[in-house]
Amino acid sequence: MIESLARLKRHAAAPWAGAAIVALALLALPFALAAVGTAWVRITNLAILFVFLSLGLNIVVGFAGLLDLGYVAFYAVGAYVYALLASPHFGIHWPFWAILPLGAAVAALFGVLIGAPTLKLRGDYLAIVTLGFGEIVRIFLNNLSQPVNITNGPQGIARIDPFRLGGIDFSKSDSFLGLTFSGPIKYYYLLLAVLLAVIFINVRLQNSRIGRAWEAIREDEIAARAMGIDTTRVKLLAFAMGATFGGVAGGMFSAIQGFVSPESFVLVESIMVVSMVVLGGMGNIWGVILGAVLLSFVPEILRFTVEPAQKQLFGRMIIEPEVIRMLIFGFALVLVMTLRPGGLWPSAVRKRELAERKP
Amino acid sequence: MDVFIQQVINGLTLGAVYAMVALGYTMVYGIIQLINFAHGEVVMVGAMVAFSVIGALAPSGLPPLAIVLVAAGCAIPVCMLIGYAMERAAYRPLRGAPRLAPLITAIGVSIILQHLAMLIWSRNPLAFPQIIKVESYHFAGATITSVQIAILSISLAMMAGLAALVYRTRLGTAMRATAHNPQVAGLMGIDANRIIALTFVIGAALAAVAGVMVASYYGIAHYAMGSQLGLKAFCAAVLGGIGNIPGAMLGGVLLGVVEALGAGYIGDLTGNMFGSNYQDVFAFIVLIAVLVLRPSGLLGERVGDRA
Repeated sequence: MIESLARLKRHAAAPWAGAAIVALALLALPFALAAVGTAWVRITNLAILFVFLSLGLNIVVGFAGLLDLGYVAFYAVGAYVYALLASPHFGIHWPFWAILPLGAAVAALFGVLIGAPTLKLRGDYLAIVTLGFGEIVRIFLNNLSQPVNITNGPQGIARIDPFRLGGIDFSKSDSFLGLTFSGPIKYYYLLLAVLLAVIFINVRLQNSRIGRAWEAIREDEIAARAMGIDTTRVKLLAFAMGATFGGVAGGMFSAIQGFVSPESFVLVESIMVVSMVVLGGMGNIWGVILGAVLLSFVPEILRFTVEPAQKQLFGRMIIEPEVIRMLIFGFALVLVMTLRPGGLWPSAVRKRELAERKP
Repeated sequence: MDVFIQQVINGLTLGAVYAMVALGYTMVYGIIQLINFAHGEVVMVGAMVAFSVIGALAPSGLPPLAIVLVAAGCAIPVCMLIGYAMERAAYRPLRGAPRLAPLITAIGVSIILQHLAMLIWSRNPLAFPQIIKVESYHFAGATITSVQIAILSISLAMMAGLAALVYRTRLGTAMRATAHNPQVAGLMGIDANRIIALTFVIGAALAAVAGVMVASYYGIAHYAMGSQLGLKAFCAAVLGGIGNIPGAMLGGVLLGVVEALGAGYIGDLTGNMFGSNYQDVFAFIVLIAVLVLRPSGLLGERVGDRA
């Protein structure tokens, strides 16, 4: 059995066959999930959004080695750009394909704005400044309801337009080939398509001239500069690129949820994305995806296991699943960094670098 | 003018608390160049422990001052223990690892402490028992309360004590030597690990006192109070020049005054475009301004280490 498997693996068509199986599984997934409950399709969609976010942050943290603790700010910018330009709040209803690039561009602009003054500083300062920046964005979103009502304050913006493409409205159900495609399932396929593009861009970026420059800076900034890399410009590029992904994810989040408020863009979200990147394996695209998927589903799985288990054992809830989730994040961060600094699925280069202790 | 004096008094009080917390950041940074991200949570634990002790002792009929002292007396050792534990478990194993690593464990420790506190106490803000009667004194059109006076004098005394410890004792000399060059300090017979652990413990003790003070000042303790406070104190430490002990004191007081004055005047200055709800933004603006204009801070002697 094992021998035949090994022989199969060596076969030239094996990678293609594997990819085809994965593709089929991904295509069939929403219908399987919908059979359990539509909620699971929505959860999966959110998980894919978190994969976007993690991949975006991975460019900054994993590739370029800059710790950004305010990443959720770019997510917020993308979400609010979409919400403002496609909702009754201002009465503007632009199509999504016009707003998403705009949101990405605005997020990138914010990335440059925050990066330009701070990127020449050392990494740990950067972490705190970005954290502060994330807080500033949230405070502004909360308070820019007066004197001119821009963000509608803590109430947030509701009734945001869903995606519409031709005759397809992503918030409604459609029948096609005898299958019923509900709103979340349509979003799932859209997200899956974008995900493919995002992964492709990330893989190409990592192996590009810029990707190698990022890696060089991460390993040794002084040496990188000596090799002729314009470190500030390249770091700024990493920041802007990461922010772009955040902006796109934010716009899609806005449309899928139909509602945004500052509540969705708190510090904990930034930390969650950092956890996903670190736990999965900084710098390794596949590891980061694994981390994002795992940590997105952990709270849901906890909700379905811990709650009933506690009610059975003690008759009431003693520890809320939310708290358990955060404790798991916390311990995971500490344990991963001390025991397995490369994460669950480490990138080969990063692993070598982290294992090497300076005296 | 009255508003000005009042806001300066409020700012000084808040600034004294910031300074106490900032000292913890700056001492640790000075010695191992690590931003102890979880330091703010130690402040929170201090406040929470004091809350429990005061709540337990309040019905006993002891004099209020004694209760507060006992509360602080319990909060300090608990926080010292936490400071020691986190250094041992989360930072020491990573000594010599890339800089990103301890920063990430620090975030982990911070999350753990916050949510453990949420489990033990509650997710709701806890009203801090006001057992000492607050007296108000009026002068020059402004009001200062007995709590404010207490905070100012206690923090002044503690900072003086810390300065004496660092600049006048053998332990202080060892700390400064380790900060300067751990290898050479080791050759001189200083146990660097012990000194680093002690630095964490001393910082945690200051944080505990700051926690008790800030909770009794605002009358509220909350499991998430540490992160905001810690961030601002970090801004204060950077403003003064991180790694520099007098700098942290100066930075804390300055930041407190800037925040209070900013909150007091922002409405007038911007024609009521922005209100005092933007108070929390000032600390970060100060931080970014300092990092851009003078990364070494006001009193920092090292020119920003830009590698």
